[in-house]
Amino acid sequence: MTSLQSTRPLLRCCSKVTSNIRSLRPLSRSFTVGRPSTAPESQDERKSTHFGFKTVDFTEKASKVAEVFSSVADKYDVMNDLMSMGLHRPWKSRFVSLLNPGRLPGSPNAQQILDVAGGTGDISYRILEHMTDINRDVESRVLCTDINPDMLREGERRLETDPSLARWKDRIEFRVENAETLESIPDNSIDIYTVSFGIRNVTDIPKALRTAHRVLKPGGVLGVLEFSRVKPWILDEIYQRYSFSVIPVMGQIVAGDRDSYQYLVESIRMFPTQARFAEMIEEAGFELPVGKPYEELTFGVANIWRGIKM
Amino acid sequence: MHITTPLRRSVQLLSTATAPALVVPTINSRPFSVLRRPRPNYPGHVPLTTPERSLLTIGSALMSFFDPRRGDMIAVLGEVTATPYFIYRLRDAMLASPTGRQILRDRPRITSKTIDLDKLRAMPENTVGREYAMWLDKEGVSPDTRSQVRYIDDEECAYVMQRYRESHDFYHALTGLPIIREGEIALKAFEFANTLLPMTGLSMVATLGLKGEERKRLRDVYFPWAFRNGLRAEEVINIYWEKELETDVDVLRRRIGLERPPE
Repeated sequence: MTSLQSTRPLLRCCSKVTSNIRSLRPLSRSFTVGRPSTAPESQDERKSTHFGFKTVDFTEKASKVAEVFSSVADKYDVMNDLMSMGLHRPWKSRFVSLLNPGRLPGSPNAQQILDVAGGTGDISYRILEHMTDINRDVESRVLCTDINPDMLREGERRLETDPSLARWKDRIEFRVENAETLESIPDNSIDIYTVSFGIRNVTDIPKALRTAHRVLKPGGVLGVLEFSRVKPWILDEIYQRYSFSVIPVMGQIVAGDRDSYQYLVESIRMFPTQARFAEMIEEAGFELPVGKPYEELTFGVANIWRGIKM
Repeated sequence: MHITTPLRRSVQLLSTATAPALVVPTINSRPFSVLRRPRPNYPGHVPLTTPERSLLTIGSALMSFFDPRRGDMIAVLGEVTATPYFIYRLRDAMLASPTGRQILRDRPRITSKTIDLDKLRAMPENTVGREYAMWLDKEGVSPDTRSQVRYIDDEECAYVMQRYRESHDFYHALTGLPIIREGEIALKAFEFANTLLPMTGLSMVATLGLKGEERKRLRDVYFPWAFRNGLRAEEVINIYWEKELETDVDVLRRRIGLERPPE
């Protein structure tokens, strides 16, 4: 917590930033992070980016995000239940069943699935369950990566302590990786790439999307589950007040850490709209589903975007 | 901010001498939206709305009761229940005493940087400094384990709360109460009678978690001692600990009118 407080000098920019945010147009801020039409290399020359509502150095953001998740790791699942009032469970289940992992009968090769920012393994375990129990695929494997080793350790711990997860021991692997680079993952090697409530924490979202494009096989599927704008306006007002009021207080009570949860709700506000993010996926080289490019869950609190690498 | 001159403060104090400090309006008494909080009054300050304050009060109270290891919850409970009135009363009590005023002027902090524990351990037997160092060692804590005050709006009162929190281990040394749960509750009772902070009073609910014999001891022996001495003694918040480190503990006790607890 104290290291988050070391950004206090940057709070002077915060009031200016907050007043920009107040006009509900944070899109302009998120645009400064990435504009794929310009040369990718120029992105590193930009000095600052957003960390929630704070402005931080570009290079700082990844470590700050890592700190947040180290501090929330052990209470993560409890807090998710409290904050979303249990809704994160049906959201994640819908996400996995929509992606339908697991090879089809008659298909020769086992699938390799990558769950990025997979943390404690929520999605990874659901994927394994879906492919095994519903699609009868017992060979395909899941690689669960995260920038934060504490979250991964928590995921591994669940493998040890929860008897219902023991059957996945040989089919899941946990690895520390940065979503923007995925260094250890070769090109064209992944069948399904999933990221659930993780992509908003990435410093350079377009870069992460391009990396996703790189590692996916042709015909591979990208699946993103993330928070975005709530419609209609009246629900959004209630949702915002709930986010900024109840969630940090709950974070204080349950996890003893107000600041990390303040960051979490701010990072939700900073994420692009559903339509804009769908555009970003297209810009990274994916084909969007015909008709509706994204699916809204619970009035847009959570959303599922998909794309195919052609 | 409370920009009052010392003169105005003392006039205010005199006029409220009989009717103790009533509702002094908080700095952020104008209602605000959680989407647009007012500026913090000090580093780490979080202005809370009333519903947030209520939620935090209930949550921290329940958490403190069911998980007493969450010292941070007890601290937060202290902060959210200190307003209105109680923390102002404590601050005014400091203003009414010369050493209290000195403390408010100097704003000393008790951290591992400001307190040299090795030097304290080497002090003569029965000095305040030596007793304090011994209690820290026994408890296995350092002065840095106390969390920062965040939920008190008035900047000076936030310091008063911080001072109270950091002095807690000195109160152990002063009263001689052990750090077991029984001793902690007895000390909280003493602090309640002396500082009137609601959290200290609420902490007495923790007796429900004790065994019958301990509860009986508390009820019959320690609580009467705590209330008698807490009310009779001078305000312990006004003790300038940094200057009393070499004082003999018994001398200090006599000076403030405190007798040792039995057994």
